[in-house]
Amino acid sequence: MIAANLPILQVIAPLLSAPLCVLLRRPGAAWAFALAVTWASFAIALTLLSQVLESGPISYEIGGWAAPFGIEYRVDMISAFVLVIVSAIGSAIMLFARHSVASEIRRERIYLFYAMYLLCLSGLLGIAITGDTFNLFVFLEISSLSSYVLISLGQDKRALTAAFRYLVMGAIGATFYIIGVGLMYMMTGTLNIADLAVRLPAVASTTTILAALAFLTVGISLKLALFPLHAWLPGAYAYAPSMVTAFMAATATKVAVYILIRILFTIFGGVDVMAGMHVGVILTGLAVIAMFAASTTAIFQPNLKRMLAYSSVAQIGYIILGISFASETGLAGGIIHLFNHAVTKSALFMVMGCVVLRVGSVNIRAFDGLGARMPLTMAAFVIAGLSLIGIPLTVGFISKWYLILAALEKGWWPIAVVVVLSSLLAVIYVWRVVEAAYFRPAAADAPEISEAPASMLIALWLMTGASVYFGVDATRTLDVALGAAKLLLVDRI
Amino acid sequence: MNPGSAILLALAVPLTGAVLISRTGFSPNLREGVTLTTAGVLFALVASLFGEVFAGARPEVVLFQMLPGLNIAFKVEPLGMVFAGVASFLWLVTSIYSIGYMRGHNEKNQTRFYAFFAIALSAAMGVAFAGNMLTLFIFYEILTLSTFPLVTHSGSSAAKRSGRIYLGLLLGTSIGLQLIAIIWTWTLTGTLDFQAGGILEGKAAKGVIGVLLALYVFGIGKTALMPFHRWLPAAMVAPTPVSALLHAVAVVKAGVFTVLKVTVYIFGVDFLAELGVSDWLQYIAAATILIATLVAMTQNNLKAMLAYSTISQLSYIVLGAMLVNEISIVGGGMHLVMHAFAKITLFFCAGAIMVTLHKTEISDMKGIGRTMPITCAAFLIASLSIIGLPPFGGMWGKWYLALGALEADKLVMVGVLMLSSLLSMTYLLPVPLRAFFSKPIAGEELPEGIKEAPWPCLLAIAITSASILLLFFFSGPILAMLQLIFTR
Repeated sequence: MIAANLPILQVIAPLLSAPLCVLLRRPGAAWAFALAVTWASFAIALTLLSQVLESGPISYEIGGWAAPFGIEYRVDMISAFVLVIVSAIGSAIMLFARHSVASEIRRERIYLFYAMYLLCLSGLLGIAITGDTFNLFVFLEISSLSSYVLISLGQDKRALTAAFRYLVMGAIGATFYIIGVGLMYMMTGTLNIADLAVRLPAVASTTTILAALAFLTVGISLKLALFPLHAWLPGAYAYAPSMVTAFMAATATKVAVYILIRILFTIFGGVDVMAGMHVGVILTGLAVIAMFAASTTAIFQPNLKRMLAYSSVAQIGYIILGISFASETGLAGGIIHLFNHAVTKSALFMVMGCVVLRVGSVNIRAFDGLGARMPLTMAAFVIAGLSLIGIPLTVGFISKWYLILAALEKGWWPIAVVVVLSSLLAVIYVWRVVEAAYFRPAAADAPEISEAPASMLIALWLMTGASVYFGVDATRTLDVALGAAKLLLVDRI
Repeated sequence: MNPGSAILLALAVPLTGAVLISRTGFSPNLREGVTLTTAGVLFALVASLFGEVFAGARPEVVLFQMLPGLNIAFKVEPLGMVFAGVASFLWLVTSIYSIGYMRGHNEKNQTRFYAFFAIALSAAMGVAFAGNMLTLFIFYEILTLSTFPLVTHSGSSAAKRSGRIYLGLLLGTSIGLQLIAIIWTWTLTGTLDFQAGGILEGKAAKGVIGVLLALYVFGIGKTALMPFHRWLPAAMVAPTPVSALLHAVAVVKAGVFTVLKVTVYIFGVDFLAELGVSDWLQYIAAATILIATLVAMTQNNLKAMLAYSTISQLSYIVLGAMLVNEISIVGGGMHLVMHAFAKITLFFCAGAIMVTLHKTEISDMKGIGRTMPITCAAFLIASLSIIGLPPFGGMWGKWYLALGALEADKLVMVGVLMLSSLLSMTYLLPVPLRAFFSKPIAGEELPEGIKEAPWPCLLAIAITSASILLLFFFSGPILAMLQLIFTR
């Protein structure tokens, strides 16, 4: 009974837990409850992934109503992978959250914070699992609205403006998306993704569908912060509570990338959008600019959360670059980087959370001498930083390997050069912090500080460990990524 | 012991050593005991493989699959055997030396120093025994990163600046050029295994092979080929044992070793010779040899001078590889060994002088031969070996390299080798000659009588300088081993 209904439980569990969380009121109880729910949804996601790997895609009709009248949930290799990424990060971050949230959020708001967090999580999971474009819009709005709230809870007053900016941009993105869905519905009479994939090729040359593609692509590019539509991201990441930044950076943009992949390779899978409609070359160009411009900007940020935010924009560029190749290797490179960047960046933002908790600032000068004062936290920063650069035996290396491989397979060697040059920019912005932590003495008036609490360190090192583990033995993640790429490009089911 | 497990142990033993060292920091004697034991066990392990490889076996072991179709795998072949032998033997000697030096110099954070040293050696073993280019690349990068804390050991702002150059150039070339070359090779051939005769023959056009070769040769930044050589003088800010073992042996030799390995097992000597795409790289190597020699002549800081001398000597080996014939490759391998022993002795002496008399500038070293006769005599022996005079081991490297150049019909390269030898006399010999024959600088007090460095330093110097002499007379096994590279 439960096994057959896992797809709906994946979404409904955190969705219904959110109001229950409100009823609990006490911060500790709310935290424990949310922790249990997130770990349960992680277990569900893992089960779904193993089911998909064993017996192929799962289709689930809500309420027994078949599409097109009912809503279909569909779990295939890539959606199961995204579910695992989101729920894994979501549950690891809950471990991290307790002390971080207690110190950054006013006590009487904490239970509301966790309720919002569960809503956001269920929205993100819903996006990945649904097989219906309108249902996807609903989940997109659930996750977006809750994330505006989460960001605005940041301690800094500027969190409010950042959240408002994100709200405006996010609303435009979502509106564009729904306009695109409407135009497709007009021409095909369906909202179901699988049906759209079948019916679109017949009407693909119409201006309406072309406009739909444009609205969808631009709308989702806003949500995933593709250069030059990334302006909302640095502020939102810099001023949100630490735990929210770590969560958002690892999941929200990744899920948006997932939507883009679905649009380009499933909904428009039967239409030659990448080469024929030049989407590929546009994405390649924007990705390359993102990798350079954002990495360069990151070098000059004194606020390290903002620096990592710009780094995220650059890393999203890598993912989009992989997708834009529209080859199996390239797409697999993009998909594997979804995972790899999620674990690496969440580890890095957790470091920021630890430092905020103990030092109270993420300015580069606050890191002076931290290597000796918070050795475990800073060691994690070094390892995750090496992964960001793409040093062998970290996940970053695996991503770079596949992206360069994809570029060379196509004979686009200048792109391969661009990928390595951009990772060398990462050396500069990562090493700036390493030098501050290990070579600069702590300021004379620096307060005595201790290492971060154990629960935060465990979560941090879980993610750091994952960035190494899946970089040493990448066969497991790559099997999924390569399988997903093959499914999207070749088998097309 | 099963050769496969000997390979894995050769990687694991230094790592275990590093952990034990970091746990025994409370007792320096115990810690140094761990270092010496680890180095001894490592050398025994490497030596245990020698006989097998010499008899024609090529022990291999696959650790695990990292990427689909790409394993982390090790395979011992003659070239790697020689490199591993040199590095592990000299680590043992350097460990003895370090005890005298680090204590004599009152260095801080000695536990961290010994621990990272052990990690670096594990990485060097990984480079030596790597069975494919991916494995080699991974250990190459670990070697870079594990030596960074050693280079910046003092933590001063000069160390920080040097660390930036070190990391920037080594990571920049390896990620920017070498990694692209590796992935490109993978797309062309579908394998990265080191195979006799190479894997690229017939897989790509001449132009592509030429570009690939350049990407590899410049991408292996540890060879300090110009224009990517600046990191090596920068690394001299490190404590002397680091300069001695890592920046005269393990790290730089890992670079030239990789170049030799890529030439022989990725491209294939015959294939490269036929295409002639390595010709222009010979001239880059020759230019590096001569320019670095000239720069060395202008240096007054002893370690800086030795660094430029190393840059020049490393390019001998690159030249040997780029001459692409069997004799020149063997010559490159011989020079790798001989230069290692001679240069480590020179650095040992430089460190001994620094610890005992606190002198770092050559111009200040007049007359110190009366105070430190053993050190200065060792310096003379090692200098003569670098220059390439008999009866010192260094002659053999130059001998076979020159033969290789003749074999390749490159008379001009023979000229370069000879000219560089002549010029190296002018910067190396003045140091011991002034030490013995000049009067001490007026107004400066040298200690009365003989005052040498602490005895562990002296013992290490004695071992390496005796080896230089022995290597002249007993170079046979090494030569025979290197010739096995081409025995199918």
